[in-house]
Amino acid sequence: MATRYISELRGEKNNSMEEQKIDKKLDIKGVVCPYTLVKSKLAIEGMEVGQILEIVLDYPEASESIPKAMVNYGHTVLKIEKINPNDWVIHVRKEVED
Amino acid sequence: MDFTEEQLQRYSRHIILPEVGGKGQKKISSAKVFIVGAGGLGCPVGFYLTAAGVGDIALIDNDNVELSNLQRQIAHSTKTLGMNKAESAKKTFETLNPDVNISVIKERINSKNIIDLIKDYDIVVDGSDNFPTRYLVNDACVMLKKPLVSGAILRFEGQVTTILPGEGPCYRCLFEVPPPPGLVPSCQEAGVLGVLPGVVGTLQATEVLKLILGKGKPLCGQLLIYDALGVNFRRVKIPKNSDCAICGKNPTIKELTDSTEEYCAL
Repeated sequence: MATRYISELRGEKNNSMEEQKIDKKLDIKGVVCPYTLVKSKLAIEGMEVGQILEIVLDYPEASESIPKAMVNYGHTVLKIEKINPNDWVIHVRKEVED
Repeated sequence: MDFTEEQLQRYSRHIILPEVGGKGQKKISSAKVFIVGAGGLGCPVGFYLTAAGVGDIALIDNDNVELSNLQRQIAHSTKTLGMNKAESAKKTFETLNPDVNISVIKERINSKNIIDLIKDYDIVVDGSDNFPTRYLVNDACVMLKKPLVSGAILRFEGQVTTILPGEGPCYRCLFEVPPPPGLVPSCQEAGVLGVLPGVVGTLQATEVLKLILGKGKPLCGQLLIYDALGVNFRRVKIPKNSDCAICGKNPTIKELTDSTEEYCAL
């Protein structure tokens, strides 16, 4: 269910979200798994429910695993976008307290 | 407290667990656990709690490491033969995780020192090898309302229970008084499979971590009995005894005493 949701999001330009206010930005370029997830998890723990986290990463596997993990934690993935040949941007809205 | 890069790596498998996370790991790092005995049970309990990053661990034992201990007491080694067991375990644990502050008490726990020793700790783990100590630790924890994770082993069988004073039954609700000396054989007399304390001690360590995290259901009001030969885990309900001498409505035990009876140490 979660995976289907994410695959639908992938590659899809979601214009309504483009203007979404970003509450926190996390640049984890150069970071590899599982620390991509460790850092993303810690970042979202420090946020309020309803806030949006932007993650920029360049580790290809993490562009798949971070959205899945975030959905499993109960959050909503708003956007997964490959912004250039190396980097991805992911937007996650915090939905539940940790 | 923010995690260092090293801590992020060391605790990464905890941090990504939804039930732990960075918040849970910080709870673990600020927890204080007191372990009675650095023997068969105390070794695996201390080992895993050290690995988990528990902030403060106290180990009390007045025995020295002997060759006959090494079949099951995994924190000791041929290099620490003759050394105090708590000291020997501390050496091992410090190598595993220098984040953990380990205190060593080279005394025998007794009615005079127990309250002062355990009062500043959050959780007590009983890994003692004799009934007088088991009852003393139970009574002291009930008096101080301190969570106690109790374990025992013999031959191929082990027992674990978590005592939450005020919430569930205590050890005296289960067995009112210690058995007379000689009735229950010691490991020295009856033997114990070396791996058994590993199973029971890791169950105790698991209970401790659950209590620290406030996750899951503690093994409170139940005695878990592990039978290694039959590969059975049985959970027996322990009712709270309203007439219990220490945790009942009208406790008759008002102060701690030491047993005068001789028990052989293992």
